[in-house]
Amino acid sequence: MEKNLKMVVVAMIVLIALVPVGLIASGTAFGEWGTDELEQAIGYVPAGLKSLSTVWQAPLPDYALPGQGDTILSQAPGYYISAIIGVAMAVAVMYLIAKVLIKK
Amino acid sequence: MHIPDGYLGPLTYLSMFVVMIPIWLYAGHRVQKDLRSKQVPYLALGAAFSFVIMMFNVPIPGGSTGHAVGSALVGIILGPWAAIVTTSVALVIQCFVFGDGGVTAIGANCFNMGVVIPVIAYVTYRLISGKTELTSKRRLVAAAIAGYLSLTVAAGVAGFEMGIQPLLEHDANSLPLYMPYGLNVTVPAMLGEHIFFFSFVEAIITALGFAYIAKNNQSIFLDKPEEKTKTPVAATAK
Repeated sequence: MEKNLKMVVVAMIVLIALVPVGLIASGTAFGEWGTDELEQAIGYVPAGLKSLSTVWQAPLPDYALPGQGDTILSQAPGYYISAIIGVAMAVAVMYLIAKVLIKK
Repeated sequence: MHIPDGYLGPLTYLSMFVVMIPIWLYAGHRVQKDLRSKQVPYLALGAAFSFVIMMFNVPIPGGSTGHAVGSALVGIILGPWAAIVTTSVALVIQCFVFGDGGVTAIGANCFNMGVVIPVIAYVTYRLISGKTELTSKRRLVAAAIAGYLSLTVAAGVAGFEMGIQPLLEHDANSLPLYMPYGLNVTVPAMLGEHIFFFSFVEAIITALGFAYIAKNNQSIFLDKPEEKTKTPVAATAK
């Protein structure tokens, strides 16, 4: 591998290794609440929101493995697996698109 | 800033797809025209970078969280059109595989994070850096300000899209059907969280990433200042 490219790949691997740091934040971002959280806050779930909210069932929701615990330690494996799967998919999909587009 | 399914009604989310389709097509065209095969691995890494940087959730007082997006950096290095494509790839994977951001909101989320951020970041960076050297302090500051400003504006746009829902979509009793909070809540909340916290994170990673690439790998920058004009001037001087 070209030396310059290697430098960037190494930086990416370091980022993946550090990814459990992102688990320290346990709250929900503004406007990304689940229907249960919304019901708690305003007392009801808007009808349209309720029906749209189940339109897609992701295979690895919230970057987590099914049945993991609440501690950072128990969430870290699922988070690592999610980071590796996501990075691998992003690299593969973007590489394919770029290969198709760029010919020179 | 990943708007989930249900927070935007069809008027908004369909409009955002209508806005995004020509942008995606033109961005693809510009990637084809402006970039070279040498940059292909960096496009792939750019998409991966945005994906992974968004996993670094930052807690803030009050219990909310947020994160940087990384597309300011990609926009500065590979250009805004390339960053639109790389960020969209990351967002679509986050949506379908990890349920982060709604399927119906893909148009809106790709606009907010994939278009607003790199375009504003790139323009800001170019305006501030002028004709300075790639490794100059001024460019580092330009990158930081570009990251800060672009994430802040994107947050405001996302807040606006959510906040107009009670006006646009409600039932006969004027009960909101989608995002229940109006502009008076969503815009200050989104802007405030980013102005005081998350935009600083984007500023820092943009500046750090910029410094790292400017030091190690200048050849992948889409625009390299001065390089083209310097050589002939130096040659004629001798």
